[in-house]
Amino acid sequence: MGKEEKKIIFKSVNDLPPMAMSLGTMWVNKTASWRNLRPIIDYDKCIDCMICWKYCPEPAIYLRDPDERVAIDYDYCKGCLICVEECPVDAIYTEEEGK
Amino acid sequence: MKRMAIVGNHALSYGALLSRVQVIAAYPITPQTQVVELLSEMCADGTLKAEFVKVESEHSAMAAVMGASASGARAFTATSSQGLALMHEVLHWVTGARLPVVMGNINRAFGPPWSIWTEQTDSLSQRDTGWMQIYAQDNQEVLDSVILAYKVSEQVLLPTMVVLDAFFLSHTSEPVEIPDQEMVDEFLPPYENKYILNPDDPHAFGGLTNPEWYMELRYKIHKAHEEALQLIEKEGREFEKLFGRYYGLVDPYRVDDADTILVAVSTAASTARYAVDLLRERGKKVGLLRIRVFRPFPYERVKEILSGAKKVIVLDRNLSPGAGGIIASEVRGALANVKNHPPVFSYIMGLGGRDITTKNIMELFEEVEKMEEGKDIIWKGVKI
Repeated sequence: MGKEEKKIIFKSVNDLPPMAMSLGTMWVNKTASWRNLRPIIDYDKCIDCMICWKYCPEPAIYLRDPDERVAIDYDYCKGCLICVEECPVDAIYTEEEGK
Repeated sequence: MKRMAIVGNHALSYGALLSRVQVIAAYPITPQTQVVELLSEMCADGTLKAEFVKVESEHSAMAAVMGASASGARAFTATSSQGLALMHEVLHWVTGARLPVVMGNINRAFGPPWSIWTEQTDSLSQRDTGWMQIYAQDNQEVLDSVILAYKVSEQVLLPTMVVLDAFFLSHTSEPVEIPDQEMVDEFLPPYENKYILNPDDPHAFGGLTNPEWYMELRYKIHKAHEEALQLIEKEGREFEKLFGRYYGLVDPYRVDDADTILVAVSTAASTARYAVDLLRERGKKVGLLRIRVFRPFPYERVKEILSGAKKVIVLDRNLSPGAGGIIASEVRGALANVKNHPPVFSYIMGLGGRDITTKNIMELFEEVEKMEEGKDIIWKGVKI
């Protein structure tokens, strides 16, 4: 997805700008670290309705290359499981993280 | 320079005009309404070349000036009481984003019960938002403080609240010198901030900051306040050279040989000045310390002036229920590390706009003369 890894390194308070400016770039802060349950799409059941894409609050559901089917960006999916709740054909199941 | 009779609210408007503010967003509330009425007229007739943004609430007003300031514009707003409370979240935001917004706040008691009269609990309860706070005692000081506020705010990247009493200043006409624009321009250069939103050099502002760096950013805000303590006095002297009026952190009056010193802010301090004169005529060694800048709190100045006194009285026209007078709590804090510090007598009076008269203030000195031990809270004038 063309994400450039760009971490700004500070050694002390004197290196910091007065406010949080590009400190918390989302390229570095992978906010998925607190996910407990991982949603997984069963592509045999998925009907490409894109309701999960519409409901994802992050948004961590995108259209993948090259087949343009929905996919989950596990760097940013926080595991809220709204997609699982909303999927009309129960095509998204969960697995516990770390298993 | 011209001299005009204007109300305190219009002194704020003239202060904003002369500071050449570029964006104003405000929502009307009694007793602040005249501030933005005049500014909107000035924008409409071209006297002030600024964008006037009409908004649906004070929360939006503060959010709009925050955005304006972040994009490099000098921004102004004004409010009072419930309106200030509604701004509370964004007040923290403006400080955290280090934006030098200046606002006027007219002190008005919180409801319920509904009140429109003066009391300082509204602004003092924004104590920990990181805004600098200046309390004016007359309309000239209101106007001058807006200009001074931008001068200091833009150097330390902190916002400032210029605070005045409802009605006693906001709706009272006094003769005010309106400085010449060229002289104000000489004192206050255009707003420049290298940390602004710029599409050619995009940055995320105020984003998620983990525990590794949050504390350092808070430290920087506090350091900026400490820097402002020096700068307020320095810029006060620069201002005096051009305009002949000095404003510092505190305003001591007849304190040098005073045994008893009264601490007060805003218009109650003007009344206290007269009471001090009357008591001095009777041979009483009394003095007054008006605190002009509440944040950053001038601990050193307060210690210097009060530690030589035998007794300290604090007049609070505000209340932190369950604790007492808010200024008294700061004064006690300032004196805590001074050896053999004088006892502090903390008076609560004048809440909800009840008048504080010269006679009332003379009574404080007379009552304290008969007491030895300091008192954490004394209610003056409550019908018990």
